[in-house]
Amino acid sequence: MGDILIKNVMLVDALGERGPVDVLIGEGRILSLEGGEAQRVIEGKGRFLAPGFLDLHAHLREPGQEVKEDLATGLRAAVRGGYTDLVSMPNTNPPVDTPEAVRALRKKAQALGLARLYPAAALTQGQEGKTLTEAGLLKEAGAPLLTDDGRTNEDAGVLAAGLLGAAAFGLPVAVHAEDASLRRGGVMNDGPLADLLGLPGNPPEAEAARVARDLEVLRYALRRAQARPHLHVQHLSTRRALELVREAKRAGLPVTAEATPHHLTLTEEALRSFDPLFKVAPPLRTGEDVEALIEGLLDGTLDAIATDHAPHTQAEKEMDLLRAPFGIPSLEVAFPLLYTELYRKRGFPLKRLVELFTDGPRKVLGLPPLHLEVGAEASLVLLDPKERPVDPKAFASKARFSPWAGWVLEGWPVLTLVEGRIVHEALE
Amino acid sequence: MKHLLDFQGWTRAEVESLLDTARVMAEVLERPVKRVPALQGFTVATVFFEPSTRTRLSFELAARRMSADVVSFAAATSSLQKGESYKDTLLTLEAMGVDAYVIRADAAGVPHQATRWVRGAVINGGDGRRAHPTQALLDAYTLLEALGGLEGRKIAIVGDILHSRVARSNAELLPLLGAEVWGAGPPALLPQSLPGVRLTPRLDEALAEADAVMVLRLQKERMEAGLVNLEDYIAHYQVTEARLKKAKPEAPLLHPGPMNRDVELEGTLADSARSLVNRQVHNGVAVRMAVLYHLLVGRER
Amino acid sequence: MRFKAELMNAEEMRRALYRIAHEVVEAGKGVEDLVLVGIHTRGIPLAERIARYIREFEGKEVPVGILDITLYRDDLSEIGVRPQVRQTRIPFDLTGKAVVLVDDVLYTGRTARAALDALMDLGRPKRIYLAVLIDRGHRELPIRADFVGKNVPTAKNEVVKVKLAEVDGEDRVELWEKEAA
Repeated sequence: MGDILIKNVMLVDALGERGPVDVLIGEGRILSLEGGEAQRVIEGKGRFLAPGFLDLHAHLREPGQEVKEDLATGLRAAVRGGYTDLVSMPNTNPPVDTPEAVRALRKKAQALGLARLYPAAALTQGQEGKTLTEAGLLKEAGAPLLTDDGRTNEDAGVLAAGLLGAAAFGLPVAVHAEDASLRRGGVMNDGPLADLLGLPGNPPEAEAARVARDLEVLRYALRRAQARPHLHVQHLSTRRALELVREAKRAGLPVTAEATPHHLTLTEEALRSFDPLFKVAPPLRTGEDVEALIEGLLDGTLDAIATDHAPHTQAEKEMDLLRAPFGIPSLEVAFPLLYTELYRKRGFPLKRLVELFTDGPRKVLGLPPLHLEVGAEASLVLLDPKERPVDPKAFASKARFSPWAGWVLEGWPVLTLVEGRIVHEALE
Repeated sequence: MKHLLDFQGWTRAEVESLLDTARVMAEVLERPVKRVPALQGFTVATVFFEPSTRTRLSFELAARRMSADVVSFAAATSSLQKGESYKDTLLTLEAMGVDAYVIRADAAGVPHQATRWVRGAVINGGDGRRAHPTQALLDAYTLLEALGGLEGRKIAIVGDILHSRVARSNAELLPLLGAEVWGAGPPALLPQSLPGVRLTPRLDEALAEADAVMVLRLQKERMEAGLVNLEDYIAHYQVTEARLKKAKPEAPLLHPGPMNRDVELEGTLADSARSLVNRQVHNGVAVRMAVLYHLLVGRER
Repeated sequence: MRFKAELMNAEEMRRALYRIAHEVVEAGKGVEDLVLVGIHTRGIPLAERIARYIREFEGKEVPVGILDITLYRDDLSEIGVRPQVRQTRIPFDLTGKAVVLVDDVLYTGRTARAALDALMDLGRPKRIYLAVLIDRGHRELPIRADFVGKNVPTAKNEVVKVKLAEVDGEDRVELWEKEAA
């Protein structure tokens, strides 16, 4: 006797699409794909079942900025978005830079019983870019990667030492790759549109220059380290930086990279509205960059789609474009957005799309793949093809606004399970 | 025309109609009683998030000359950062029954954002580097007064084009009236492109046969940011008597003020008969009266 | 709108204006200090014609100015369409002058009220007269004309159309009736 039976459901994971089957879930696992007795039966006809999503990049703001988001709202937003696992960024107040802080976050998240939290730790103490944190102890406390995200790693020597230090423990070092001195006060993509709108531009070259530098730093670390370092480039936004990562991968460098839902679906044109909702770093780029990123998703240059969910208060996002903070909240819309915009509208392969939410990011963290097979962990998401408009007012996140408000999307998560336990349910 | 944010989407006919009204307003300003009751019952707020005495005074005088009630709100942006928002400020004014908001801010887009929050007319009083449409209108008015027409006329804008809202607004407006606009300045102070303007780092090229020359203010911050060296700028981009020989004889000079004498413009030129600076300030009131009339009368309240 | 009647033909109009010209000179006891001010739009050619008639029989030039009363209207904060503002051109000093305001139709009196306010702001005339081609009644303000071409009793749903050669290509005054809505 299982707990849940999902009947007549199509399966989709990194291996492909198959079904329909009757998925029997119990003891936190998939017990059978051929049905059986269960306490609860859910009709899966017309729906897709996928492995639970993993977000490599979310800002949950706890501790210190709970006015923007906290673990409870952030992790509830995550399960509503189909995420069963999530990496939180350490640029909190104070920054997460000690094993104690990592353990405290994990403990609190476990008690919430929503998505599983992997709190990333700072690469340097206080994220100040000077003194390295204790990579080994942070790893043992549960940190999945080290990053100074929220800031840029201006000191190449510190980054090199960080990559070497993390390599010993198999920890990736994730970088927000923008040359701060080149981007200066840029608030949107630099180019003719920024010139027209009179907004300070953040040049695409600032990202490319920093990715190029970081790849050289990685080369150095690879040559010097007895273990294999791992550089993860966050939120790639430009064609040029993407090409650099592609070349580096071809050359066998241990680099991985992610792209965000906003860089894949929006362009700088959105800034014509002068709405700080669209202010994000790196900035929204051109249509050409979007096309390059989608190409990168297909050919494997990009390993994962990561949200960079960055909640702020409504009032902060109603400041002007110079003062409003950078960031777009997206945990609750990421999958339906890309399901609709990439798979439904452009025929992007569904199997690859799901992989970019599951096995892709799992591999970045060194986790084993998760496929829909008998015996597999029942961390799953049921996706509904029915159309529904994005309604930020209904978000669980404290950031109840969205650049995609009103967009009509398909592929909404209607049921999210973590180890067989229902953590989100929106079945009709 | 619901708001005046910039000149995107404006037609030549709309601009000309506004300038025609401005000519009537200029005549009002010549009368013994320089005041008409046209905007009685309307309330105009000047909302300045960036200090600017000259522009604020010009708007307030324009509103009073039209018999509108005027309220003014000036806030350092620092107080905004303490938690009071643009939106709160504007909604407070809206609750007081304001019909038009003249908004000045150091960030591009604030007037644009304001149109999402208030029902009244929004007039851009200068937003960051983005636009300063009433300045461009008074420049156009002054140029038309001096040149008769702008069709086929070459207007050279000289200086820090990149950071200039005046340059951007003139770049939108003057070509609408048939002018050929050139922009010259050091490469670090030029945009990559600006629709409607031919950009060049060669001052002589922009000045050659120019019918009028508009000189922009060189801000200290640009030198501090290392974008330009002052001596170098003066040596190569200051508009001087000698350099003006390239332009048409008697080509008038405009400057949006306030001026750094002997930096962007040779001091003797600033006081010469070629300078239209005082006409610009004078015409500013008439142009702003016309803008208020066009935006407020006939508007659903 | 439906055409109802012709109120004046070209010859009648000429005679009416000629009479007004005479009355104006008589009232002003000559043309010293006399000036004419036509109200936009049709008041302007009417004022010019009166000036021409005076020149014909007096041999003297009477200055003519033009006045746009738009900025003095009392309904600008209520109307749904913005009226075009036009030039006012009074190239002489009004102070101490006898001013004859000239308009085509006197109806509610609001235009005349606005014109009076505008004139007061332009100078300090010693006397202001009002001359109209047609007085159709229905005053809303205590205003009357000093010189009238023709008094025409009308209903409120009727419209008086003054056509002038300078503006409309012919001299004629018509009465029209608005269709019930």
